[in-house]
Amino acid sequence: MKINSNTTSQSETSTVPYTLGDMEQGAACCIPVPHIEVENLSVAYQGKIVLEDVSLNINKGCITALIGPSGCGKTSLLSSLNRLTDLIPGSQMQGKVHIDGVDVRDPQLDVMTLRRKVGMIFQKPNPFPLSIRRNIEMPLREHGVKQRGELEARVTTALQDVGLWDEVRDRLDTPALSLSGGQQQRLCIARALALEPAILLMDEPCSALDPIASVVVEELIHSLRNRYTVVIVTHNLAQARRVANYAAFFWMTGRVGKLIEFGRCQSLFDSPSHDLTAAYVTGVSG
Amino acid sequence: MFKQPARYSDVMLTLLVWLATLLVVGLFAWLVGDLILHGYSKLNLAFLLDVPQNAGREGGIAPILVSTLLILAVALLATLPLGLATAVYLSEYTNGALANGIRMSLNILAGVPSIVFGLFGNALFCIWLGMGFSIWSGGLTLACMMLPLFISTTESGLSAVTNEWRHGAAALGLSHTAALWQVLLPAASPAITAGLMLSIGRALAETAALIFTSGYVDRMPTSLSDSGRALSVHIYDLSMNVTGGDASAYGSALVLIITLMVISGIAVGLTNRFLSQRITPS
Repeated sequence: MKINSNTTSQSETSTVPYTLGDMEQGAACCIPVPHIEVENLSVAYQGKIVLEDVSLNINKGCITALIGPSGCGKTSLLSSLNRLTDLIPGSQMQGKVHIDGVDVRDPQLDVMTLRRKVGMIFQKPNPFPLSIRRNIEMPLREHGVKQRGELEARVTTALQDVGLWDEVRDRLDTPALSLSGGQQQRLCIARALALEPAILLMDEPCSALDPIASVVVEELIHSLRNRYTVVIVTHNLAQARRVANYAAFFWMTGRVGKLIEFGRCQSLFDSPSHDLTAAYVTGVSG
Repeated sequence: MFKQPARYSDVMLTLLVWLATLLVVGLFAWLVGDLILHGYSKLNLAFLLDVPQNAGREGGIAPILVSTLLILAVALLATLPLGLATAVYLSEYTNGALANGIRMSLNILAGVPSIVFGLFGNALFCIWLGMGFSIWSGGLTLACMMLPLFISTTESGLSAVTNEWRHGAAALGLSHTAALWQVLLPAASPAITAGLMLSIGRALAETAALIFTSGYVDRMPTSLSDSGRALSVHIYDLSMNVTGGDASAYGSALVLIITLMVISGIAVGLTNRFLSQRITPS
């Protein structure tokens, strides 16, 4: 099967990835400004290639959904954007990943600063076994925010941003692990937001949550549009359709994950240009 | 109609489990009861504050208690930093042939009889390093015995900490050091506490290794370079070499058990305070 991801990604400027409402608000996602540029990226673990030759531009202020069956390298793509692949022994990256024009793979790059700028949310909520307050404060302190007043303000703002403030304002010093799953996931998002990132990577952030908590988190993600560049891996196609401006469809060809189609979310779902995409989004395969 | 059939195997198993438990608890109660019964009369303030007289038959155990605590302090001061660092190295920094080699040698070391450690300590600390029979030598020899135990419990505690926190910490741009101090070690603190208690227990119970290293002089030590008699050595001496020393031996044994409980309590309290305060601040 022929794969022409490069041409599909370039044809996108002609279609409109935003709504009329966005335009009225002068939203950032109306003007396609590349924030993350990925070119010919391949990721391998222990010499086994899991993701091959991916090229796509992720635009500033937009939500980009990565969809496709399990094991086709979506999470690997996500982890290579903040170099979390470094943590996996035997992982190798090839190709170009530029964020704001800066080469992510540059050996001189300060990975800690990169990861502060590119936050990540995981599938299973992973608040630290600390109090709610210290979950947000501790990373801030480690990044040099020491002033009491500023810490306090940042904690409050972050919790307000994720709609958790009213629920936890009276028990900031209780263990974060006593929160419900959905609250924990929102705390993790607050923890990332407190570091003032430009990009948020989300790896199936709702899949471990119950339907109601899932809706709350989804609405939160939707509200992040325009302020942050969001890249979200999801298996929930309806969710991708609801929140994303752009969608990228991945598929396994011969045990190697490849980007099949990338484009405006609506056009990818409604008029996919590739047979595989059409089969997947209509539920025939996958 | 739905009468439950008698399940003899279940009844037997329940009985067996109860009997086994009763036996273990009973043995322990007998031991402690015997100690209290025979040692209670000796247990008073004078016994704790006096020097031993007439080879320990009369008088108290003040210098012995002080020596024991000093030896334990030296041992802990050596074990804690070295043990923590090694455990962190094994669980966080290495994964391969070297780590497996270290783990294997630790397991073997943990099973080495204490008399061998005593001879080793005597050769290394007393003779080769010129420390002689001293509290230094005794404490450091004990540290050699405690390290394998402490390292393996701490390491398994750290390895049990979920990778989600490691990845979460890295994704927030935390340094390795910050992740370790703020998240991983506090999360592993129950295991570290357990390892510490086991190590302290092993140290306080040790006799053979100390006879060869810290000696059995029962004078009050004036410095860490002095020889000092540990409680366990004192008990051994009173019951084996001193006729008519049984009462004092019982008293000393009771003091040893109480000391063990108090020190373990303090150690648990301190570790929890130091490590878990990060988990639930007051």
